[in-house]
Amino acid sequence: MAIKKLGKQTVQFKNPPTIISTATIVGPKEGEGPLRSYFDRILTDDLYGENSWELAESKMLRETVKAAIEKGDKKISDMEYMLAGDLLNQLMSTSFAARDLGIPFLGIYGACSNMAESLSLGSMLIDGEYADYLVAVTSSHYSSAERQYRFPLELGNQRSLSAQWTVTGSGAAILASKGKGPKITHITTGKVIDLGIKDVNNMGAAMAPAAVDTIVTHFKDTGFKPEDYDLIVTGDLASVGKEIAQDMIGDVGYDMSKVYNDCGLLIFDNEKQDTHAGGSGCGCSATVFCGYIYKEMKKRNLNKVLLVSTGALLSTTSSQQGQSIPGIAHAVRIVNDV
Amino acid sequence: MSKREKLRKERDYDAYVKQKTPKPTYLKNVIWAFCVGGLICVLGQFITNVFENMNMSEKDVSTARTIILIFLGAFFTGIGVYDKLGKRAGAGSIVPITGFANSIVAPAMEFKREGYIFGIGAKMFILAGPVLVYGFGSSVLVGLIYLLINK
Repeated sequence: MAIKKLGKQTVQFKNPPTIISTATIVGPKEGEGPLRSYFDRILTDDLYGENSWELAESKMLRETVKAAIEKGDKKISDMEYMLAGDLLNQLMSTSFAARDLGIPFLGIYGACSNMAESLSLGSMLIDGEYADYLVAVTSSHYSSAERQYRFPLELGNQRSLSAQWTVTGSGAAILASKGKGPKITHITTGKVIDLGIKDVNNMGAAMAPAAVDTIVTHFKDTGFKPEDYDLIVTGDLASVGKEIAQDMIGDVGYDMSKVYNDCGLLIFDNEKQDTHAGGSGCGCSATVFCGYIYKEMKKRNLNKVLLVSTGALLSTTSSQQGQSIPGIAHAVRIVNDV
Repeated sequence: MSKREKLRKERDYDAYVKQKTPKPTYLKNVIWAFCVGGLICVLGQFITNVFENMNMSEKDVSTARTIILIFLGAFFTGIGVYDKLGKRAGAGSIVPITGFANSIVAPAMEFKREGYIFGIGAKMFILAGPVLVYGFGSSVLVGLIYLLINK
């Protein structure tokens, strides 16, 4: 019997897994953003000494994993699983990083919701007593995402005002069955929600209904309210999607205005950095969570956080075939020991 | 949920999203496009005048002008300037022939890493290809109509 299940889509852990360490590596543009002091390493060259953007992203992910393991005072061989994914076809960055790391690897794909998805599955593995240590990691790279999903970098086209900027960055978290650090107590797994948005330059609007559905389900399943959190943060809804999500959740009767923010708005200064609506990509919620949120939780400036990473499950094929953009969002509740 | 209900929900959401999404800054875009597009055309006219003064035939002038503008478009794409110009100028730098050069050189640069055959060779016309296909296609069609009318 599913004794740890709470409500429709939520799991409450009996032995909440601990996030014993995290690490982040970001690109030069993210390193100029408001959160620069929270990142472990800022690349000066976004090719990272490699021959292609994809290999650069893979190296970034690999080095982030190594850094997180080192910060947790562990060895690579202590890691029993690596749960990871990225945005590239057939998970090129993560598979190639996993090849070099040699950690038992489960590849996942939830587009930009990867961070919350890997934390969710990792927590279940730990609480289920299948592992004592594992790493949850994801990455994205502006240039590898542009060439796969959009246009060549040097093309002189105009970006629309609702378009978002893919974050170059990777974030890794080490989960453990015991140890010191913030704990994951609940997860709410989202459903795919699609309200028919087809504009690939307005991903925030396409994903917002999924975030709304997951957050509202989380409140209903657990009985928590917005006031029970210091911060509720969505992955990459950016300026358009954040406003929509806040309004729609308000309509259901939960006022989130005091605690709600979005990683896509935290990571860049949209005015100064010309990032239009804000950041996006797997690296967006990964670096903001593993950098800013985790470090603020360690300092106890934040104690109860709901991380809701959001993903747009489209492909270039699906949008060329005229299909709308399915959205997904997974929620992870992280709290400090009292 | 019935199909009808679903469609209504999607339509309502679409209207709501449109209202929340920032509108493009049309006036600013038009002014930029006019100025940059105009300047590129002035440059083309300048080249024409110079060659005409050298007593070249009209056909040669046209060929030389095209070659020079395409070279400039490719060159400024290569040194990473054209995309920055295009960001501001929009159609002003896409419509002139320099924009056509940009649309071929940009993918050639981007896909060089996949090799000369399946990278550059296959992907070079990924953006300009449709323009060529329908450009040639429509010119053949118009040519046939012209032929039939003049018979």
